Amino acid sequence: MAERKEVDARGMACPGPLIALISALKTVEVGDEVEVLSTDRGSNKDIATWLNKAGHQLVESEQLADHIRFLVRKLR
Amino acid sequence: MTTRILIVGGGLAGTIVANGLCRQLGRELAKGAVNITMLGADERHLYQPGLLYIPFGRMREAELFREQRKVLSHHVYFHVDPATAIDVDGRTVTTASGKEYGYDYLVLATGSRITPEEVPGMAEGAHWFYDLAGARRLREALGVFTGGRIVVNVNVPHKCPVAPIEVTFMLHDFLKERGLWDKTELTYTYPIGRLHGLEPVANWAQPEMDRLGIKYETFFNAESVDPNARTVTSMEGSTLPYDLLITIPPHKGAQVIENSGLGKGGWVATDKKTLHRVGSNNVFVVGDTTDIPISKAGSTAHFEADTLVDNLVSLIQEGCMAREYDGKVFCFIEAGLNRGTYVWFNYQVPPNPVPPSRMVHWFKLAYNRMYWLSARGLM
Repeated sequence: MAERKEVDARGMACPGPLIALISALKTVEVGDEVEVLSTDRGSNKDIATWLNKAGHQLVESEQLADHIRFLVRKLR
Repeated sequence: MTTRILIVGGGLAGTIVANGLCRQLGRELAKGAVNITMLGADERHLYQPGLLYIPFGRMREAELFREQRKVLSHHVYFHVDPATAIDVDGRTVTTASGKEYGYDYLVLATGSRITPEEVPGMAEGAHWFYDLAGARRLREALGVFTGGRIVVNVNVPHKCPVAPIEVTFMLHDFLKERGLWDKTELTYTYPIGRLHGLEPVANWAQPEMDRLGIKYETFFNAESVDPNARTVTSMEGSTLPYDLLITIPPHKGAQVIENSGLGKGGWVATDKKTLHRVGSNNVFVVGDTTDIPISKAGSTAHFEADTLVDNLVSLIQEGCMAREYDGKVFCFIEAGLNRGTYVWFNYQVPPNPVPPSRMVHWFKLAYNRMYWLSARGLM
């Protein structure tokens, strides 16, 4: 069964949340999910661009009151 | 009653804190009202930024080291007996020899270390300069290099964030001086979508690399190295062949931090202004050990240490904190073997590299020697 790992990158400046996501994806299995919380607006572009390049799936992204939540699935 | 200050770690951050405290607490130390103990891992103090120059023959190994006992004030009780367990609830630190130290204030300055073993094949197939053994091996490799493909591969997290750019520009000049530049293809890889984490530095470096004919690839996170095929492959699916692979390996914090449950990866959750460990009012964190989202650099450690010294002295003498750390960082950046620039920034002000000059390069060379004054708390 797929597992989900949470990465709380709130407060990190660009490119901290993206680097935290990359580091987390290295530690999970294909099919697992990583949830990233970020307060950096640049993460919208950074994370989407990297996922497209690296071939992983952005399952959902959500703008919450004071941060953005990304849910990513490792595909390869 | 004696106030016991225990410093775990004898690198730059811990040393500046220890010596800074001694300079300001002379009266308390003389009376026995304050006691400062440091637990280190080595008899020698290493000037880590100097390792960058070793592969190019621009610094001698002996210049990188001093005896830690001589760098420290005589007031500091220094033990080469690294911590193996830190109990912040019980206010004790246990060491490799089995001794137990209590404290009233604890300073965590355990630093970071390279972990090339995290990337399959990297330890066998790559060179680096982030420790002395690696810098020596790279010096030997460059000494017999006669041309071919060099890849400078940057991984995260890592300390001294401008060093990868510096080594790349220095390589260009080194190879040009040796008449090998025309026989070399130099490629720089970076994990995110630009050439450096600090956007202004990336914006400065890219046209410099274009001008010099240095190739680059972004969004490149090394997943594996094949030492036999001499290739490095990224998480993003790109494979680069190399004749010489110079990597900036991923880093981790100290194992004792992780083993003591103080922070995953060896990084301690730290208040970015007070430098308190989150959840403790008598535990402070400085240097690479923090999880503060700014550069892990010597100058970061230095400016954090200055702030911490003022706060600890103020807590002891006046019962309150003195000031907050403003995120100040200052980094020299070698733009070759004879030119340098610098950046400074803090939580509010972004960096803005100045045009490279010989004067800044010379100042960096001078600082390489003045460092020992910083470590002693004199500058």
